Amino acid sequence: MQFLSYLINGLGLGSVYAIIALGYTMVYGVAKMLNFAHGDVIMVGSYIAFFALTKFGLPFPLAVLTAVLVCTVLGVVIERLAYKPLRQAPSLAVLITAIGVSYFLQNGAQILWSSSSKVFPSVISAGSISLGSASVSYLTLLTIATCIVVMVCLTLFINKTKTGSAMRACSEDKGASMLMGINVNQIISITFAIGSGLAAIASVLLASTYPSVYPTMGSMPGIKAFTAAVFGGIGSIPGAFVGGLILGIIEIFAKAYISTQLSDAIVFGVLIVILLIKPTGLLGKKINVKV
Amino acid sequence: MKEKTAIFSLFGDKKKRGRLISFALVIAAYIIVEVLLKSGNLSSLFTSLLVPITCYVVASIGLNLNVGISGELNLGQAGFMSVGAFCAVCVSGVLAGSITAGIPRLIIAIVCGAVLAGLFGFVIGIPVLKLQGDYLAIVTLAFGQIIKSIFMNTYIGFDSEGLHFSFVDSNFKLQPGGKMLLNGPMGATGTQKIANFTVGVVLVLIALLIVYNLMFSRSGRAIMAARDNRIAAESVGIPISRTKMLAFVVSASLAGAAGALYGLNYATLVPNKFDFNTSILILVYVVLGGLGNMTGTIISTVVLILLPELLRSLQDYRMLIYAVVLILIMLVTNNDMLRTKWKSLTSRKAKGGASNG
Amino acid sequence: MADHTDNNTKAPVLDVQELGIDFGGLTAVNDLNMQVYDGEIVGLIGPNGAGKTTVFNLLTKVYKPTRGKIFFDGKDTAGKSVVDINKAGIARTFQNIRLFGNLSVLDNVKTGFHNVTPYSPITAVLRLPKYYASEREIDEKARELLKIMELDQFADYTASNLPYGAQRRLEIARALATNPKLLLLDEPAAGMNPQETAELMDMIRFVRDHFKIAILLIEHDMKLVMGICERITVLNYGMMLAQGTPEEIQSNPEVIKAYLGD
Repeated sequence: MQFLSYLINGLGLGSVYAIIALGYTMVYGVAKMLNFAHGDVIMVGSYIAFFALTKFGLPFPLAVLTAVLVCTVLGVVIERLAYKPLRQAPSLAVLITAIGVSYFLQNGAQILWSSSSKVFPSVISAGSISLGSASVSYLTLLTIATCIVVMVCLTLFINKTKTGSAMRACSEDKGASMLMGINVNQIISITFAIGSGLAAIASVLLASTYPSVYPTMGSMPGIKAFTAAVFGGIGSIPGAFVGGLILGIIEIFAKAYISTQLSDAIVFGVLIVILLIKPTGLLGKKINVKV
Repeated sequence: MKEKTAIFSLFGDKKKRGRLISFALVIAAYIIVEVLLKSGNLSSLFTSLLVPITCYVVASIGLNLNVGISGELNLGQAGFMSVGAFCAVCVSGVLAGSITAGIPRLIIAIVCGAVLAGLFGFVIGIPVLKLQGDYLAIVTLAFGQIIKSIFMNTYIGFDSEGLHFSFVDSNFKLQPGGKMLLNGPMGATGTQKIANFTVGVVLVLIALLIVYNLMFSRSGRAIMAARDNRIAAESVGIPISRTKMLAFVVSASLAGAAGALYGLNYATLVPNKFDFNTSILILVYVVLGGLGNMTGTIISTVVLILLPELLRSLQDYRMLIYAVVLILIMLVTNNDMLRTKWKSLTSRKAKGGASNG
Repeated sequence: MADHTDNNTKAPVLDVQELGIDFGGLTAVNDLNMQVYDGEIVGLIGPNGAGKTTVFNLLTKVYKPTRGKIFFDGKDTAGKSVVDINKAGIARTFQNIRLFGNLSVLDNVKTGFHNVTPYSPITAVLRLPKYYASEREIDEKARELLKIMELDQFADYTASNLPYGAQRRLEIARALATNPKLLLLDEPAAGMNPQETAELMDMIRFVRDHFKIAILLIEHDMKLVMGICERITVLNYGMMLAQGTPEEIQSNPEVIKAYLGD
């Protein structure tokens, strides 16, 4: 049955989107900013993993770890240098700064590693298992499994740890959090660290699925994941997870059953419809304005 | 996104002065460029940038009406440019036989582009303007992407039997002598280049006139009132969605006119030209120029288009420097500490110069 | 002074019948009956959380009532929007001041003429003669309102830079610009010193006489309420506790109990 294999492939792609969307949504929830440079952190992660695997011949898990470490540091550095000075600034100024950071990363990558795309080595064995009539590649299974693990860990972290509850407090009310003795700047840094680390994990999965690495590779998955985050209700962690999965499934189904060329239009069309029915996304909070 | 900045202090005589300055600036720039052109002192690279600069200035003025005056973040301005561009290419292609003179055909094409983009703006505005803040922004982004994919899949041909249209696949055959106006992902090919700088400058002046005349009128006050306080605006009888729609449609039309001029300035034009990055680029011009500040928008658009070209000698590093400049400008203008530091630095310099002289 | 003696023979400009609203399971306003007659100044008072501002939000259609009816000028207002209600002739100010912060003081008032002196965007863009005529009219009227509210010296200030008391007066000027028959003032004297409050009282009386409108006001400053209101309605827990002249209200034991507690 074709349907099942499309569904599983959709879940695979959706898992990647979900992991990226988690980064978007956490940063939005805590720092209230649209971090348009998030997609480019994915690109950096892919390059790091690529060089770790090919140039330094590191084993796969170690390569992933390197990418995660580098991206985490990168995320925190970006936040400290570019976003922290703008904490009180209008959100549009922060948005433009994020775009500047995105340009910087893309062009920096182009200078360091050239604009020609590199072929990401296939590390995960190309085999597949059959589920009924559908065959699923190991890579897709690994992607879905990773997403579930990430989601479970993140939910536990947010709900069970002190840092997690501090994060929730910051996303509710930064001023009150500060008065309660929470180091808001530190919490925002941690959020960026986690988001960027997740981006690195997503980058390895993405680069393994579409095995080419180039300086602008992060843009489109970035926009899609951002869409997924809005889909689910930006700021909501389960929302990003659900939004990512749904987006992946819609994209694969649109490609399979309607038209490859129009799949993007369909994805964005569904987003618009969802926002019209639920203006703050699937799991987003309703905003009430007091008169 | 709610902005609470002091950029909007447009009142009293300052209002009129600001208006005059921007018109004077455009006309002066035009005269200087024309003199340089006539005397052959303009590099071919710069000459080739003249029309695109006017296009982006018009699109930025339009976007500033939307983002600065109306206060709604729009991440899909390039989508409206592409509607205008491909509409104009088709109109010009169809009329090529009947109206041979370039300028009248260009003007008709620009008007058609503006009207069609305005219509798109209206249709898109109905759902978009129901939303608020970042959700509105993301939907404009989505529409920009959808418009791009639609043009990537649109095939329009013109021959002795009239217009042929198909979607996704090119499934029509043209009569001999016919030509493809739009060719899916390849976009417009073999367009007759009829755009010129003078028309571009006139378009900029018209855009300024429209936006200023709107700003300092009943509608403009309503638009700004709806931006500053939605609930209060409704309480004095201002219908929010209709008001926001006006700004959105005018902004889209201006982008359409800009796109039309742009489309007729190149022999070939791919739909990918008007992607998310182009929308963002225009947004950067607007924010750097100052929300609600049209003169600033014109200056920042021109400077930011020329900057990478002026940095050309730095080769690969130019876009990196561009990015750094962008970030630094945002930090210096929006961080209180950095801003005071910057001010004290510049004022000390000015004082030092005065005491020396 | 307008004539208030024959109220009972005239139809009320505002007639609220058995009005009620629930938020979730919570009843914010219930079974409210009140009338406001032409040229009258009526006070709406009650302890904090009594539902006074909610009544204003119901009257101006910010909230849709769960029960009851509101008649304005003899017509049922059911199904009208906030914008419609303003066009019909109810204008208001806000407890938490809501000005157009980035606009000038003069432009804030001018926004109020949106439906009073309308002209199309095309007229504006083409600068047709109607534009100049309308703008001149709007400018004159707006400056006159600023003078009445003693704001003329601030005309070119950015609204958000005004002192607090002036901001409250600007809200009144803006509301008056919409040419209302009924003006709702939500704590107009909040944050003002006694001197300013006394001036405000004179202004409110002048506005009523000059524009011949009815005024319904929410206020905690009892000196103001007792000083200028001809009738007072007291709310407690969303219900009407008492209604009457200032003297009657001041001596009503129920009211005293509600304010001072048991």
